[in-house]
Amino acid sequence: MIEINDIHKSFGKKEVLKGISAKFEKGRINILIGGSGTGKSVLLKCLIGLLKPDQGKVMYDGRSFYDSSTEEQQEIRREMGVLFQGGALFDSQTVAQNVQFPLNMLTNQSEEEKRERVAFCLQRVGLASSADRMPSEISGGMKKRVGIARAIVMNPKYLFCDEPNSGLDPLTAAKIDELIKEITEEFDTTTVIITHDMNSVLEIGQNIIFLYQGYKNWDGQVQGMFKSGSDELNEFLYATKLIREMK
Amino acid sequence: MSALGRYFIFLGSLFVRREKVRIYWQRFIDEAVRLGVGSIFLVSIISFFIGAVSCIQTAYNLVSPLIPVSTVALIVRDMQILELAPTITCIVLAGKVGSNIASELGTMRITEQIDALEVMGINSSSYLVLPKVLAAMFTFPLLVIMAAFLGILGGYIAGTVTEVISAKDYMDGIRDSFIPYNVFFMCIKPFVFGFLIATISSFKGFYTRGGALEVGTASTQAVTSSCIAILIADFTLAQLLL
Repeated sequence: MIEINDIHKSFGKKEVLKGISAKFEKGRINILIGGSGTGKSVLLKCLIGLLKPDQGKVMYDGRSFYDSSTEEQQEIRREMGVLFQGGALFDSQTVAQNVQFPLNMLTNQSEEEKRERVAFCLQRVGLASSADRMPSEISGGMKKRVGIARAIVMNPKYLFCDEPNSGLDPLTAAKIDELIKEITEEFDTTTVIITHDMNSVLEIGQNIIFLYQGYKNWDGQVQGMFKSGSDELNEFLYATKLIREMK
Repeated sequence: MSALGRYFIFLGSLFVRREKVRIYWQRFIDEAVRLGVGSIFLVSIISFFIGAVSCIQTAYNLVSPLIPVSTVALIVRDMQILELAPTITCIVLAGKVGSNIASELGTMRITEQIDALEVMGINSSSYLVLPKVLAAMFTFPLLVIMAAFLGILGGYIAGTVTEVISAKDYMDGIRDSFIPYNVFFMCIKPFVFGFLIATISSFKGFYTRGGALEVGTASTQAVTSSCIAILIADFTLAQLLL
């Protein structure tokens, strides 16, 4: 489980996060939602150690990330898998080399073991036949799936996904959602997703955290989202015609 | 001043939390091939023609009957060894290699590839930049030695083909008053310039923020700053070592 407590983050005079506390539960899909500029990406960067909060704690199963030594932080980082918005695949490496990269850097496994693990992960995301292709030769959806394969290759305890469905067609987006859900259940990971996509929220979301203007406006189970009593959340939820009609 | 401070902090970050030696070795070989071997053609063309032109222009200006013709070759040799081969070659490399490094790292930054390395617990600056710096410091002196040779050869071919100097006079000239220390001085320069080009360009690329426009800006700044640094270092080395 990941716990954050009173996270503040400013850039110059602009305060982006204004004291956010939340819990991200193990084995569940925790989704951060909110409009553009509400601080979701900044909060994710604070969670994964790319931006140090000005104030507050980030706890990974009781271990305070920012109070840990560099070596302890490295250990926690090695338990994370991150799917970046654009995939963040290394251009100069093939799909298989991208997936194998963390194994090369962080483990002492034999070449045979690494090949087996890469083959398993690529099989898991349905890209076994694309192992030798370069990132420039595959589609956006495939890049995301390679990103997921790279994120899970080290058997992470914590999986972070930054807008996994952005720029994808609905069918591919649904497949990515399903894949993340399966991985969360299969590996019992603490999964944190940032998304704007209400389809994803309704399809795979379990715990929802709604950010509004740098504050946590609401959190709870996905089922309670439509009875939250929060005007800001309702405005966000019913922004699309489809959900208005569902209501 | 704050940029200079950040540059030195960046240099310090290259040497902490290093990865396994075999990983650096593979990266070093890749970078040496890319930065060094990939520059052979450009350096060859430029140094050959600079040598050729310097021979013809020196002969054109050296018309006194009191000065032996072989002096042309002596001047070409010393110009090549002391200044043209190391400095001009490295300024050319600042353009080619410097912009390449800055745009590569800048693109990696804006496409979150550097963030991906950091999240894996890898020291991204050390992993990405240190092999480039070492490769530049290793391959640039070799390129400069080749450039000096080709420059002197270019002078020989241009001089003999256009008949401004005979082959015998040219060979006598390049052997006359030769100071071996100058070759050592020639090799020190690209060693220092390679360090400056690789670190300054990496620094500019590594801290790129924004999009494609900023990558272009970082690339331009990398070349400009590297050229200025080379000229200052060139003057300083000449003062200190000659």
